[in-house]
Amino acid sequence: MRETQGTAAEATMKPGLASLFVSVSPHVKNTETVGKIMWTVVACLMPPLILSVFIFGFQTLIITLFSVGSCVATEAISEKLLHRPITIKDGSAVITGLLLAYVIPPGVPYWMPILGGVMAIFVTKQLMGGLGFNVFNPALIGRAFLLATYPVAMTSAWLPPIHHAAIFEYMGKGVDAVSTATPLYLLKHYGIGAVIEKFGSMSTIYGNFFVGWRPGCIGETSALLLLLGGLFLIYKKYITWHIPVSMIVTIAVLTWIFGGEKFFTGNPLLAVLSGGVMLGAFFMATDYVTSPSQKNAKLIFGAGVGALTVLIRLKGGYPEGVCYAILLMNTMVIPLDSWFRPKRFSEGAAK
Amino acid sequence: MNGDTATFPMGGVHPPECKELTNNLSIETMPTPSEVRLVLKQHAGAPCEPLVKKKDKVVEGDLVGSVEKKLGANLHASISGTVKGVVNAFHPIVGKAPAIAISADPQAEGKSYQPVDWRAFSKEELLAKIKDAGVVGMGGAGFPAGVKLTLRPDVKVDTLVLNGAECEPYLNADNRCMIEYSRDIIEGAKIIMTILGINYCGIGVEDNKPDAIQALRKAIEEDTSKNGFKIVVKPLKVKYPQGSADQIMQSVTGRVRPSGVRSSAIGIIVHNVGTTKAIYDAVVLGKPSYERVVTVSGKGIKRPANLMVKVGTSVAEIADYLGGTTPDLAKVVIGGPMMGFAVSTLDIPVTKTTSGVLFLTKDEIDTQPYGPCIRCGFCLEACPMGLEPNNVSIYVEAGRGADTAQFGIDDCFECGSCAFVCPSKRPLVQFIRLAKMKIKESKGK
Repeated sequence: MRETQGTAAEATMKPGLASLFVSVSPHVKNTETVGKIMWTVVACLMPPLILSVFIFGFQTLIITLFSVGSCVATEAISEKLLHRPITIKDGSAVITGLLLAYVIPPGVPYWMPILGGVMAIFVTKQLMGGLGFNVFNPALIGRAFLLATYPVAMTSAWLPPIHHAAIFEYMGKGVDAVSTATPLYLLKHYGIGAVIEKFGSMSTIYGNFFVGWRPGCIGETSALLLLLGGLFLIYKKYITWHIPVSMIVTIAVLTWIFGGEKFFTGNPLLAVLSGGVMLGAFFMATDYVTSPSQKNAKLIFGAGVGALTVLIRLKGGYPEGVCYAILLMNTMVIPLDSWFRPKRFSEGAAK
Repeated sequence: MNGDTATFPMGGVHPPECKELTNNLSIETMPTPSEVRLVLKQHAGAPCEPLVKKKDKVVEGDLVGSVEKKLGANLHASISGTVKGVVNAFHPIVGKAPAIAISADPQAEGKSYQPVDWRAFSKEELLAKIKDAGVVGMGGAGFPAGVKLTLRPDVKVDTLVLNGAECEPYLNADNRCMIEYSRDIIEGAKIIMTILGINYCGIGVEDNKPDAIQALRKAIEEDTSKNGFKIVVKPLKVKYPQGSADQIMQSVTGRVRPSGVRSSAIGIIVHNVGTTKAIYDAVVLGKPSYERVVTVSGKGIKRPANLMVKVGTSVAEIADYLGGTTPDLAKVVIGGPMMGFAVSTLDIPVTKTTSGVLFLTKDEIDTQPYGPCIRCGFCLEACPMGLEPNNVSIYVEAGRGADTAQFGIDDCFECGSCAFVCPSKRPLVQFIRLAKMKIKESKGK
């Protein structure tokens, strides 16, 4: 059914006319392509990467390059093995590689993202049928796999932000010597007091965390840059506001209610600026393939991710829950889309 | 342009308008072609029975085909000459179709018609003239106008909507008709309202046609015999598919047609402005419907134009008259680029429903291969009927086309908005057509 060169009736064609294209209407299409959308997302993910070099050092770039390289290579090799068209130019494997690197700590060994990339692309995406058919977000499965197999590195290779742009400070150093704790870890195990003790007054914390100056995964720390990238995608109409807003609002409200020692004493702003909320809300929970298409379903999906995130953060074994919350809600996409159907034209008829 | 524009709220897209190639070109009458082929089925319903045989002499306007059944329309000779017989002609939709071929008599002169006062006729006489003249919906569907205007006694309509939206890119046939035949269209509207026994008519025109809006308003203003008729021009927002019947009814009147009923069930009759002009010609001039305005456009034709063409003229002769095609011609489309039909040959006759012939070069058309659905949901936003083209396509690919009725594809009129926005360039209209076929097959079992 792919568009083919028409088999013109040569006998009746005028001389000089080559065969004509013939296809089903419409004969014109807009300029958006999967590749254009994906590469735009890649561009929106660049500022946080550049900033991460100045927060955690040059090795974040190396980890990201290994992750992207692994994803792209895995995509090409597995498509070759599975006799599928090679689609590495569409940018989707690059996004997976970037996102995988963005959700692992900056002090992990360089080979680790390579393993995660194979898991993300080969198992999660290509074995499920390739682009469009995967149930789970590939990058997050990659992260979950690494967390399960290398729990120590994945939960302790946190680096304190560097100073004076000393971007090679951590190169070649053992992680144990410099590792620190994330704000969510301190909050979970020692309370808000420990966070303030380590990171300064609340206003300093809000400022630093908003810009990105805090321990955390490579690409998750800068709420500012992630927000700008996300808003650009919304402006381009590549994503809608529904999932990010419902997810962030749910996390803020539920943390405010349940996150403190007493009801309604939690800190919603800190909850939103910590961990992977901004990265997850704008760049992971909005992944087309693994999120609902209908607007109302998107609201429920985002709220579900938010609620599960807070549940894991407050009651679960990990300080952060965005990754598992999105993966759990990924399983709900098909049911959500079949429960919420678009409103038909004729339903607007006068009653 | 005009701040106060009406529109339909759900879905829709904005394809590049590409109107500028022909929007300022006056309608030009193409000289009589050497031959015409009158396809026997130019309309919705049953095909005509030919009333002439080989070697018969016919004069422009002679009846050459008619339909016994209720749904159908008369067919008239569009030129004077000699009948060559019933031949197989290429047809943009069905492939090949029987057609009456007439070769032109080079000596024959064009026929002229004298206007009469239509107010002297009764409703029945008006209706009979429209039926006799073989007028069909010229917007594309080709529904016989006489049948549309014959309402069952229990059906009450109160509004005539004239469709001058012309939302398809490139096309200017209706636009030029509204500019150059504005008075005829207003008279035609009054004729239709007289037949229907109503007095309100809303004309919907997309507001990228300010000249047409102005010409119609001027014609209404200067009309000296309003006789209680109220005709209003409604500028509509430029949004495809503004000219679809359901959408223009909603834009002009605010009423929404429930699924599965005719527009008359919500009190509305819709006619295309070109059809209205043909109705005027039929009644006032007594002229049968055998010529029409065709926009010939695209970068693949040397000289784009709005042509008054005899029905049955071959596209090849039109191309010759306009200086031929360019070497980079890649696709020929009968109709507009959103809903028209691509053809593999120029040896194809114009019918009563041919609003445009587009000669498109490779940079004007889409030739990209398609990929898998990435579930972006753009098609859900674009669909003016609130359907789910993404799911239909996935079902069809999985061999479950017969299970797609749940997505409401009976309501789909194949406007192509979904395929226009699909970033994977999926041929969604093709998938939907296949699904409709599969549903029909499974019902037949």
